[in-house]
Amino acid sequence: MSLTAANAGQLLSLMECGDASAVDVTQACLDRIAAHDDQIGAFIHVDAAHALAQAERVDARRTAGASLGSLAGLPVAVKDILCTHDQPTTCASRMLRDFHPPYDADTISRLRAADAVILGKTNLDEFAMGSSVENSAMQPTRNPWDITRTPGGSSGGSAAAVAAGMCPLAVGTDTGGSIRQPASFCGVVGLKPTYGRVSRYGLIAYASSLDQTGPLANDVRGAARLLQAIAGHDPRDATSVQVDVPDYTARLETPIADLRIGIPREYFSEGLSDDVAECVREAIDVLRSLGAQTVDISLPHLRYSVAAYYLIAPSEASSNLARYDGVHYGFRADTFDDMIDMYCTGRGAALGAEVKRRIMLGTYALSAGYYDAYYLKALRVRRLIRQDFDRAFEAVDVIAGPVAPTAAFKLGQFVDDPLSMYLTDIYTIGANLAGIPGVSLPAGVTTDGLPVGLQLLATPFAEETLLRAGRMLERETTWHTRRATLES
Amino acid sequence: MSARLTVQDVMKVASLARLRLSEDELKSFTPQLARVLSYVELLDELDVSDVAPMAHAVEQQNVLRDDVARPSLTRAEALQNAPKTDGRFFLVPPVLTDAMESG
Repeated sequence: MSLTAANAGQLLSLMECGDASAVDVTQACLDRIAAHDDQIGAFIHVDAAHALAQAERVDARRTAGASLGSLAGLPVAVKDILCTHDQPTTCASRMLRDFHPPYDADTISRLRAADAVILGKTNLDEFAMGSSVENSAMQPTRNPWDITRTPGGSSGGSAAAVAAGMCPLAVGTDTGGSIRQPASFCGVVGLKPTYGRVSRYGLIAYASSLDQTGPLANDVRGAARLLQAIAGHDPRDATSVQVDVPDYTARLETPIADLRIGIPREYFSEGLSDDVAECVREAIDVLRSLGAQTVDISLPHLRYSVAAYYLIAPSEASSNLARYDGVHYGFRADTFDDMIDMYCTGRGAALGAEVKRRIMLGTYALSAGYYDAYYLKALRVRRLIRQDFDRAFEAVDVIAGPVAPTAAFKLGQFVDDPLSMYLTDIYTIGANLAGIPGVSLPAGVTTDGLPVGLQLLATPFAEETLLRAGRMLERETTWHTRRATLES
Repeated sequence: MSARLTVQDVMKVASLARLRLSEDELKSFTPQLARVLSYVELLDELDVSDVAPMAHAVEQQNVLRDDVARPSLTRAEALQNAPKTDGRFFLVPPVLTDAMESG
């Protein structure tokens, strides 16, 4: 078995048996990156020296019989929006091109405590605003299954890195689908945890009431293992919840008896492409063949979710991104007239078009005379969307549907048409507005050979249900074992 | 309102948001933002006057901690990313201009 095709569990077994060292595994990933990342563009920054030094430490401790963390020696790629004290953190923005955080995000501290090997930082849409990574100021990222297509976004670098065999595990963030949609487009597992499950300390804010960090992996067990490592209460994030973290892997192989799956009729209506619908229906049939029951449900306010999201998220963004004033950190223009002009010139020069559009949408929605009609109204609709989910979960354990209306779209398809790109978020943003967990699972392939994900949603803190249901599907299918062939 | 979003409106919002826009950006952003704003009018179909706003997914109470001293960033760490510093302070251009001082 190739080290770069293996999943996290297989790599841990090899290292525990002594058949491979952490250095071997890390070097295999670094070699794969060196050979193919010019083409894929998954990484903004690769830290080979730190990664190999960490792998050596893990090997030495393993040889000495010392106790090791749950991710010991496993290479992990991290979306470049999580602060790392020893690597740059750019958010794929010219604004933070030279930013070196003085501290680690909570997720990074937990990865280090679990003895993971942090390979580097992955590409994203600038400040996580986008669904294709085309808003990165650094570079494009290409889908390993078809390099003329997007890997999805905004965690497209993390998803592409896993799909390209550059790492078995990666960390992403999901504000409106930014883990699940690239996972679907790249044929990997991607889980958005319940809001508050993973600390946002050191996660550079886009929309604080929606942002959530989560795992991407080449199998369900790897995602469970990574979630286990990064979940938990953190007093440094006031929205981090004090709910015990269950053992996500303990009962992973135990199928959920009589799993009740809700099928929202609104998820299979106008706009969904035929090949995605077919893959999703077949995946649901697999679960049904294992004894799951399906229940037709309705989420009547789903059709308002894109509108509510594109008022709430930009409003929060306009406030969060006001911090980029070129005083404490970030870009400052060389010439300007006065203090105000310094802000305007620096922000105008260093922020990309989509970030500017969202800041302006939010500024407009929050400005005098419009606050009630736009922002406050969107917050009221947000509650209706949450109530739809609450009502649905009285009768079902999970809700199943597509992740996105289509498989990966062509690079450049939505350039100059932001609204059409926003509308593709229709199936994912409800979970962010409601704060519930969701997962994308490899569930099929289109006639063009592009991966398609099945999305499962559950009640707050029911990540274990998502993972067990995902594992049920995985045991009966081979979609997660397909690996993209890269040109050399 | 939104359908009539003008270049002047966009200039005003950009100024509130402290963003200098190029002529090209003004020209492309105006119809793009107008389209999004007319799309979000979809929400007007709903009567939500009796629905409480939901600002957060986890509606928890204020989280308080004991007010005790803890380690924080050193001065060097705090200044390490500053565009302009004298090693002790963040440097910014003069905030008060002559006109303001004399006015």
